[in-house]
Amino acid sequence: MNGEPSTALPRTGGLSPRRRRQISRLVQYVLLVAIVVVVALLADWAAIQRSFLNLDVAREGLPELFTVALRNTVIYTACGYAVGFVLGLGLALMRLSPVGPYRWIATVYIEVFRGLPALVIFLMIGSLPLAFPDLVFPFGVYGMATAGLGLVSAAYMAESFRAGVQAVPKGQMEAARSLGMPHMRAMTSIILPQAIRIVIPPLTNELVLLLKDSSLVLFFGVTSGQVELAKFGNDQASTFANPTPIVATGLVYLLLTIPLGYLARRLEARKGGHRP
Amino acid sequence: MSSVEIRNLRKSFGTLEVLRGIDLTVDAGQVVCVIGPSGSGKSTLLRCVNLLEQPTSGQVFVDGVELTDPDVDIDAARRRLGMVFQQFNLFPHLTVLRNVTIAQQRVLGRGRAEAERIAREDLERVGLADKAGAYPGQLSGGQQQRVAIARALAMNPSLMLFDEPTSALDPELVGDVLTVMRKLAEDGMTMLVVTHEMAFAREVADRVVFMDQGVIVEEGPPGQVIGSPRQERTQTFLRRVLNPTHVD
Ligand SMILES: Nc1ncnc2c1ncn2[C@@H]1O[C@H](COP(=O)(O)OP(=O)(O)OP(=O)(O)O)[C@@H](O)[C@H]1O
Ligand SMILES: [Mg+2]
Repeated sequence: MNGEPSTALPRTGGLSPRRRRQISRLVQYVLLVAIVVVVALLADWAAIQRSFLNLDVAREGLPELFTVALRNTVIYTACGYAVGFVLGLGLALMRLSPVGPYRWIATVYIEVFRGLPALVIFLMIGSLPLAFPDLVFPFGVYGMATAGLGLVSAAYMAESFRAGVQAVPKGQMEAARSLGMPHMRAMTSIILPQAIRIVIPPLTNELVLLLKDSSLVLFFGVTSGQVELAKFGNDQASTFANPTPIVATGLVYLLLTIPLGYLARRLEARKGGHRP
Repeated sequence: MSSVEIRNLRKSFGTLEVLRGIDLTVDAGQVVCVIGPSGSGKSTLLRCVNLLEQPTSGQVFVDGVELTDPDVDIDAARRRLGMVFQQFNLFPHLTVLRNVTIAQQRVLGRGRAEAERIAREDLERVGLADKAGAYPGQLSGGQQQRVAIARALAMNPSLMLFDEPTSALDPELVGDVLTVMRKLAEDGMTMLVVTHEMAFAREVADRVVFMDQGVIVEEGPPGQVIGSPRQERTQTFLRRVLNPTHVD
């Protein structure tokens, strides 16, 4: 399969290109099966089950895995996403504004927050109370998480919105303006409704990313009632000296992220379909 | 009474001077057709009249109001003008009815019931009353263009601007749109029409304006400008348009 010279060339003697491909593929299959068999034989399945798939330990995490950890993950993500959406939309409009200073502010924000690791932003937010002892975040950890996730996702969503607005044909704005709509009105009534349809797939992807980033909340030092999936799994794992809860946590994440990713791809595929 | 008056209008894009001093008036109830070769500045002229392009210098008056006055409320001024584009530019995410009502409600502040009543009247006028619930993507080009005309009419403009409204259409769909425009003219609408449809210009226009390279070369009644043009450039252009296979 690999490194084979152009198969279009006629061969002089030896095997035909087709036969060679068949043999090459057969060799690959045999190798693959051999590796799987060796790994299966060498692995200590009992130990693996005891450590990673220990049902007794997993049961200890119920129902809090869902009623507390998953619930908090969803709350942090949803609140952060809502803030990111609104802030991102505002930034996108500023970035597209004819007013220079708006554009510059938005550009600086977007570049800075896309350029920093989310973890650094969370550490900064977490350290704010050190710098300003009088500072009290509204809603405590929930407020800090919302701010952190919102600030991070706003920068990415702003770029998605901007791309969406720019993908709407120029004639749409001209038609709206020629009907007497002021710029902002045309933007909100005509352009944004079309742009939002265009950006639904990337915004769904952003939701997946944010869901995973919500695990960074653990750096805020949360109480047992505020714990989200990653920290919950980690805490349980230390309590029972067994990594099974981390596996369980991972499965819950996948339960959310895989369908969302699938949905995003479906929406993406549909977009090319019947829109004029 | 003149509905539109354009005085010494100039427009440059960078160093390219596209309009080089245009003077043109359209009296109320008149139809003026603008013809001319590609790139002569016809679209730019229309776009300057409703300020989609900012003129470099010169003045545009509509119903005696100077649109080019820096203090004028441009959104209010534009309400006097209806614009029909070559590419229709309907709002694809809205139904035909909503396309015609949205600006009435958001710009003129009409209530929903009133806006819909007016929209249905105007759709009736362009022969598309039965398409109110359809989306633009479900209509033919000719139907879309007629919806675009209804959308502009619903704002009660005192002047309609048409920029090659039939150029993007399949030949068999051109007739329906021209019929609607002919009817509008008969109803006394003031119209400034950029077109390549010489038969339409000849029949409907009160005056025909021939533009080339950013200036008006010749203007007058259609029988004269199209029938027996005086200027060499007009003659050459018309020979090419009326007899496309002819090689000179
Ligand atoms: N926004 C713009 N920026 C730069 N140049 C422009 C712009 N709009 C138009 N032009 C140029 O101005 C000239 C006149 O264009 P315009 O569209 O007005 O011509 P037209 O007479 O309408 O031609 P057509 O029959 O092809 O529509 C062309 O050379 C065009 O390239
Ligand atoms: Mg043009």
